Amino acid sequence: MNFDWPWQSGILDPQGPIGAAERTILLNATSIMLAVVVPVIVLTLAFAWWFRAGNRRAIYLPDWEYSGHIELVVWAIPALVVLFLGGICWIGSHDLDPRKPIASDARPIEIDVVSLDWKWLFLYRAEGVASVNKLVVPAGVPLHFRLTSATVMNSFFVPQLGSQIYTMAGMTTQLHLQADRPGTYPGISAQFSGRDFADMRFDLVAVAPADFAAWIAEARRGKDALDEPGYAALARPGTAAPATFKSVAPHLFETVAMGPR
Amino acid sequence: MSLVDALTEPTERSRDDTPISERGPAPVHIVVAFGFWLFLLSDIVLFSALFAAYAVLSGQTAGGPIGPQLFDRTNVLIETGCLLLSSFTCGLCTLSIEARNRLATYISAAVTFALGVAFLAFELTEFGRMVAQGAGPTRSAFLSAFFTLVGTHGLHVAFGLGWLIVMMAQVATLGFRPMVVRRLLCFCLFWHALDIVWIGVFTIVYLGAH
Amino acid sequence: MFGILTWDAIPFDQPIPLVAAALVMVVMAGIAVTVILRGWWPYLWREWITSVDHKRIGVMYGVLAFVMLIRGFIDALMMRSQLALAADGAPGYLPPEHYNQIFSAHGTIMIFFVAMPFMIGLMNFAVPLQLGIRDVAFPTLNSVSFWLSAAGALLLNVSLVVGEFAKTGWLAYPPLSELSFSPGVGVDYYLWSLQIAGVGSLLTGINFTTTILKLRAPGMGYARMPIFCWTALASNLLIVAAFPILTATYAMLLLDRYLGFHFFTNEAGGNAMMYVNLIWAWGHPEVYILILPAFGIFSEVIATFSGKPLFGYRSMIAATLSICMLSFVVWLHHFFTMGAGADVNAFFGIMTMIIAVPTGVKVFNWIFTLFGGRVRFTSPMLWALGFICTFVIGGMTGVLMAIPPADFVLHNSLFLVAHFHNVIIGGVLFGAFAGYTYWFPKAFGFTLDERLGKASFWCWLVGFYLAFMPLYLLGLMGATRRLQHYDVPGWQPLMIAAFAGALVILAGIGFTGAQLVVSIRTRERRRDRTGDPWHGRTLEWSTASPPPAWNYAVLPNVTQADAYWGMKRAGLTANNAAQDDWQAIALPRRTSVGVVLAFFATVMGFALVWHIWWLAVAGVIGLAATGVAHAWRTEHEEEIAADVIAESERARRRAAT
Repeated sequence: MNFDWPWQSGILDPQGPIGAAERTILLNATSIMLAVVVPVIVLTLAFAWWFRAGNRRAIYLPDWEYSGHIELVVWAIPALVVLFLGGICWIGSHDLDPRKPIASDARPIEIDVVSLDWKWLFLYRAEGVASVNKLVVPAGVPLHFRLTSATVMNSFFVPQLGSQIYTMAGMTTQLHLQADRPGTYPGISAQFSGRDFADMRFDLVAVAPADFAAWIAEARRGKDALDEPGYAALARPGTAAPATFKSVAPHLFETVAMGPR
Repeated sequence: MSLVDALTEPTERSRDDTPISERGPAPVHIVVAFGFWLFLLSDIVLFSALFAAYAVLSGQTAGGPIGPQLFDRTNVLIETGCLLLSSFTCGLCTLSIEARNRLATYISAAVTFALGVAFLAFELTEFGRMVAQGAGPTRSAFLSAFFTLVGTHGLHVAFGLGWLIVMMAQVATLGFRPMVVRRLLCFCLFWHALDIVWIGVFTIVYLGAH
Repeated sequence: MFGILTWDAIPFDQPIPLVAAALVMVVMAGIAVTVILRGWWPYLWREWITSVDHKRIGVMYGVLAFVMLIRGFIDALMMRSQLALAADGAPGYLPPEHYNQIFSAHGTIMIFFVAMPFMIGLMNFAVPLQLGIRDVAFPTLNSVSFWLSAAGALLLNVSLVVGEFAKTGWLAYPPLSELSFSPGVGVDYYLWSLQIAGVGSLLTGINFTTTILKLRAPGMGYARMPIFCWTALASNLLIVAAFPILTATYAMLLLDRYLGFHFFTNEAGGNAMMYVNLIWAWGHPEVYILILPAFGIFSEVIATFSGKPLFGYRSMIAATLSICMLSFVVWLHHFFTMGAGADVNAFFGIMTMIIAVPTGVKVFNWIFTLFGGRVRFTSPMLWALGFICTFVIGGMTGVLMAIPPADFVLHNSLFLVAHFHNVIIGGVLFGAFAGYTYWFPKAFGFTLDERLGKASFWCWLVGFYLAFMPLYLLGLMGATRRLQHYDVPGWQPLMIAAFAGALVILAGIGFTGAQLVVSIRTRERRRDRTGDPWHGRTLEWSTASPPPAWNYAVLPNVTQADAYWGMKRAGLTANNAAQDDWQAIALPRRTSVGVVLAFFATVMGFALVWHIWWLAVAGVIGLAATGVAHAWRTEHEEEIAADVIAESERARRRAAT
């Protein structure tokens, strides 16, 4: 059996700037808090043991119930920790806002995402092609996603790239991600969405930019088009194998994102 | 001093220099009124959730009619007048109860009841007219929120009318015993609370419609 | 005639629920037959079912919580075993239709029908005793509350046999829970059972807030109230302020499902995220409704078994009330991934972290209560110490997820699942068990077996870490919650470890059961004749175990916090009491109105689930008629004669010497 340690997979093995920044926050915040939590646990056990009823060497203070100095310290310690973490929270929320573009020389790839029952549809806005359950992107290039749902709520999530975001019917969310290196990174829906939720998976395949152009060209040569009947067939509840579409009905994403009538 | 002495002493203690919080269990009428106030508060929280939903959805007409096309403000004003007047007569009812005046209680309660029925009649007529126009609660999210908010208030009024009948029957059969008086006063609180909620409805839903 | 109810509603093709249901029905029939044949029914009816005694109602809440804990735990075992098997293409043994019902039922049951009744039960039992009074403000309403909770639990369990349960998760987010995506009756069972139980909880909140604020023994000012009463007050204030939001939200979803309204639908302008906001505006306070009383129990237990007053009593009150307030301004942290924007996310993240300050203060105050104490390692104390060590870890992971960018990768993952089990098991459940073992001798007059109690504690503690530490790791590895199967073989060893942890917890539940049986069998030599088996500090230990129906022959006179400790120090014990001048006491009379209302509520709920409209109308009429009939009851109290009280007090003194 091939067992990956947690730090060899998932969100502790980020493959892009967003995921890496989030891992840093995760580890920093954990270290700061462990500096308080571990002493608290040790102190609890140590006090409980030393002041056990059988230990006659321990002092007994049956009336000791207040000390202004200690109260000051016990309010101050968590307050200071929270002050510090609050700073991380404020800065991190703004730096890693899913709507914030990733600074880069390369022009971002624009991808529209539609969650369906129970599959993912990816529309390459500039390229005019589409794919299902397989998201091929160039490595090292920022990705700009617009996301919506044609059905219930889902959450678009590629753990190794970082930030997830909800897809919701009648609403459009935005997300910026980037894969630094070529590779295949599993993607999931992180919001329960019904019967075949567990199979609502896709692979994000990051390739060299040249290979990406080749993949787009190949997709354009495919035989299936995502016209209205094609979309209606795809939208029917059920799972789907990875597939590509050579063309997309005009304004498909906008139409879906408006929500059903 | 024995434990029992320690346990029995308080009743003789001077009432004046003891803080209220240390005077022991409060009398029944205070406890009942306090509990009922809490209930009213919780009811107002329930209405706040419905108001919040209305605020969120009031623009979501889904291509259907908007408020000003549907509401007849004159009717609503008369309807509001009925309810506010009923609150006044309900106040007269409180005074009659405190004077233990049975006849005055019946009369003021009957007027309150009639005004409540009139209020409901106006409301149901409005609902009926809207549904007939194809502007029922299933037409749009805005109308769902409207019918739910206004309808929940209406249900409260209807419940209050039922309660008033029961209370009059209680006065008739049991007289003004403390239990009945407590309930009557709770009813009056309830009726005034419905007025307050209605003022919110009138302001936000009807006057605020645009 | 029967709405949409047909024979198809019984899942003849699914052996697991069918066998489970058959088993439950055999056990229930067995109990019913035993009760009737042994002639226990009149006793049960008079002394328990129609009782309005807060102690009896508290015990019944406890029984309800234990029974539902077993149901909810069986669900947990099924989920964990499914995931131990369903790796890398294997389907496991539970198809999604069934698995999705199980995790929805597990969450719903554990929160609404285990944690809530357990905490409310302990409050019912202990709060009036600690306040030095004879019953709650509205004893009849209390009985109604309990029976409505029981009715909700019953309706939920009926879904096991007749029809199905929700397949939407325990909060039933729309649009998945809307009619178009969940056409079955599962969501309706969910909604109606929680609406009925929710009314019960709301009434409890009103009742206990009134009790604590308006009915206290003479001399018991706010700064002398036992800390458990303070936390119970905070918890009940939260119930009053939060449960109406739940009722309104569920009502809106019901209108969508039954009458075609558009609150949360995808069509016609509905807004599903409004449901998510509203449900968490209730849901986050609910977390504190459960944990605050547990904090109170730990405070009592740690002070008692350290032989010291609680350190920083006023600080603890301030911390409790600030948590109470803050709990209403953090709800959005449950969905940072909605895309609300950086300012909104950062605000709610920071508010959430601020709650860690008063919580941290509490932890430090418990530690300084231990300092300078004479710590006795009884089983309630073990639960308390296990709680501190476990809870701070759960608190830490909670603050971690309060940082929006961290939450963007942890949201909805098994890390989240591990976090909330960490605080709910390590906090609420450990608190419930601490309270159960602490007050059991008071409730029944004999102590529980300590060896089995400690075995239960260690199984729970070890089982908890074995079950949930792997889930933290799995979350970091990218595993999300509510998966019925997964294709990453590397997850399986951790999933198997988590299942093993669940089995260890099962052993813990087994030990608790064994402890109860053994203790009952050996009760004669476990009798607590003093009323004060733990050398307690608060008033409940000053009366007999079990307390008489009237709790106190005379209301205690309170002159300090830790009132009973002070009395004992001053040499005031029951033994040197001289008085024999007892007075008659008026107690609330028993009533069947609670159980009758619950019966009609169950009928109404079932009828509405199955669209049997005539029966639903009958249920509503039954409810109204019961209420009106009750209004004509004129005798609300019965008098206990002075000589009965005198005899009881003399017997108690004889026993204590």
